[in-house]
Amino acid sequence: MSAPPRADELGLLGCHVCGQVCRAPGAGEGDAVPACPRCGSVLHRRKPAVYARTWALLIAAFLMYVPANVLPIMRTASLGDIDDNTIISGVVELWVKGSPGLAVIVFCASIVVPMLKFLALGTLLVTCRRGSNWARRQRAQLYRLVELIGYWSMLDVFVVALLTALVRFGFFSLVEPLPGVVFFGLTVVLTMFASMCFDPRLIWDGKEDSDD
Amino acid sequence: MTDEQSGAPQSASGDALPRPVLRKRRTNASLIWLVPVLAAIVGASLVVSSWLQAGPDITISFESAQGLAAGKTPVKYKDVVIGKVDKIRLSGDRSHVLVKVALEKSAKAFATTGTRYWVVRPRIGLGGVSGVDTLFSGAYIGADTGDSSAEEDEFKGLETPPAVTHGEPGKSYTLHADDLGSLDIGSPVYFRRIQVGRVVSYQLDKDGKGVSLAVFIDSPNDRFVDTDTRFWNASGVDVSLGANGLKLNAQSLATVLAGGLAFQDPNGPHDATPAADGASFRLFNDEATAMAPPDGEPHYIRMRFDQSLRGLAVGAPVEFLGMNFGHVVSVRMDYDEKTQRFPFIVGAVIYPERLGQANAKLVALARKNGDNADISHMVGKLVEHGLRAQARTGNLLTGQLYIALDFLPHAAKANYDPDARPLEIPTAPGSFDKLQEQMVDIVGKLDKIPFDQIGNHLNDSLASLDATLKQVNGETLPALNGTLGDARKTLGMANNTLSADSPLQQNLGSTLQEVQRTMRSLRVLTDYLGVHPESLLRGRQADPKPTEPKPAPANPNRSQP
Repeated sequence: MSAPPRADELGLLGCHVCGQVCRAPGAGEGDAVPACPRCGSVLHRRKPAVYARTWALLIAAFLMYVPANVLPIMRTASLGDIDDNTIISGVVELWVKGSPGLAVIVFCASIVVPMLKFLALGTLLVTCRRGSNWARRQRAQLYRLVELIGYWSMLDVFVVALLTALVRFGFFSLVEPLPGVVFFGLTVVLTMFASMCFDPRLIWDGKEDSDD
Repeated sequence: MTDEQSGAPQSASGDALPRPVLRKRRTNASLIWLVPVLAAIVGASLVVSSWLQAGPDITISFESAQGLAAGKTPVKYKDVVIGKVDKIRLSGDRSHVLVKVALEKSAKAFATTGTRYWVVRPRIGLGGVSGVDTLFSGAYIGADTGDSSAEEDEFKGLETPPAVTHGEPGKSYTLHADDLGSLDIGSPVYFRRIQVGRVVSYQLDKDGKGVSLAVFIDSPNDRFVDTDTRFWNASGVDVSLGANGLKLNAQSLATVLAGGLAFQDPNGPHDATPAADGASFRLFNDEATAMAPPDGEPHYIRMRFDQSLRGLAVGAPVEFLGMNFGHVVSVRMDYDEKTQRFPFIVGAVIYPERLGQANAKLVALARKNGDNADISHMVGKLVEHGLRAQARTGNLLTGQLYIALDFLPHAAKANYDPDARPLEIPTAPGSFDKLQEQMVDIVGKLDKIPFDQIGNHLNDSLASLDATLKQVNGETLPALNGTLGDARKTLGMANNTLSADSPLQQNLGSTLQEVQRTMRSLRVLTDYLGVHPESLLRGRQADPKPTEPKPAPANPNRSQP
């Protein structure tokens, strides 16, 4: 069966913001970029520089992820007993001290989810670049999943921020954020940007004949 | 890189569709690569800074790892964290614990020879409480720098905190004492009852004949330590019974329990040059000995006593005319073959300089006379004048003896060899010994009194007295009892007889009345007879008529005779 015609093939451009469809400009317009005649937002056939931006942000996020895990994220001081915890040591401590459920949640939110995002976005980028038409639907689902879980990756940062604000009993109990949490937050933000920069339409830009 | 290749414009049916507005491109898409570059720079800077901050790793050995936690316990110097315990493991022979510490870069100077490490834990001792903050925060490792700059990564941890931290202002001094007493590391040093320092360390002298203590006096009070300063052991309580009564003296309650030192300058003129760091002093046992004038050179003398020296102990004073100027150091027994007796050889140390001016004058005099100013020759002169050693009783209750050097007016001539070594001073029997001899005489005389016979006689007399008393009791006294009863009866009867309502009394009263009447009639008769004496012969005339007042008395008087 033949695929329905694509907007690109018809020489049309859709506005991302207001949905206005307009004719794509010709090739001879040089450096100028097209803008929506109705709302004025910039029009793209595909998001600009998808691969460069996504890769760059993804790599930056990964670079931030290393110190996020190596540096301690939180300091708990109770009765003068000071304890610095990294993400992993916090998970281990929770597990050892008898809260395996919490440990699993923190482990998922702080380690599994970011890693999943790296892998998912990386896979999407590689496959799209190669114009592969392998498992297009599943890849689209994967992208939606990445978008969805992106919001929840900030769990650790929220926990630290909340505890820091709430637990302020001076000598008796004190929670302080440590640099690790900043890097962790940067990782999350950068991965979210990376997934925003990715254009899922690229998934469908593969070779026509091997459409599934 | 750009995916914005514009697709080939194809003619489409929707020509009604608007054409987009064209704008100038503002940004270069490749600028996005700045983000990962920035991230890489941040990451790299973290790595570099952590690498730059990483200081030396050292290993400290402790007896136990009590209170230490790997990855947590900090190492502190002046309460500043300079490192962290990285790993704790046992030594190969399991005798101690090896603590691996990651020092910070800035704490490089602590990985040098001479640096001391110890575990700060809460410590409660007699001298005070320390490390209370570690009750909650857990123990930490304290550090103190050394002088050396030679690098070192193996350290032996101290079990107790060092008493003096490096570079603390003040001076340390060495004190020499016979024994440690109740002093310990950290024992306070007082100056006018203010704590100004503490005992830092102590050790036995190499020959084992004393103890050397190192004390540290904090600045600025170290300037009070002069070359002439006297240190003494202020531990415990000083109880002295003097003419002023009982006196109790102690530096502080802490020294009573935990021991302590005190120092002060001697009274009177003295060398007030501040003592140099590391100067040596003698540690006296008490304040009195410490403040006494210096003893000067000791001289050993020997005395030979032919009497029992029960009560003479080593350390007993040697007094010269009542002035303490030495002490007994040995009491030994000897055997004299000729007399077959057991004389005692008493060795003593005397300090002639304790006599002060007297000694100085004697020496000066001897020099002036061209004599040998040696003590042995001076003693020789004194012996010629009757100087003798006597063992005298210092305390009648306990029988303690002391050695008195005194001039005896009638001392027998003694042999004295000024060149003999050691110096031997002739002795005389002690005054108490003489007294004892006299007492023996008296007892002997008392012995001759026939106490037995006297007793026997007394016994006999008492026996006869006993018999007499028995007789008195058995016979005389019952008889006396009867007599007394009779007497009581008699007296009762007499009482009855004499009572107011007795018949005798009545009779007597009437009798007396009769007698009164009789007397009255007798008077009438005599009156009548006086008047009528003739009535004696003629008898009584008839009474004249009452109307004739004739003198009646003439008649009876005339009629009676």
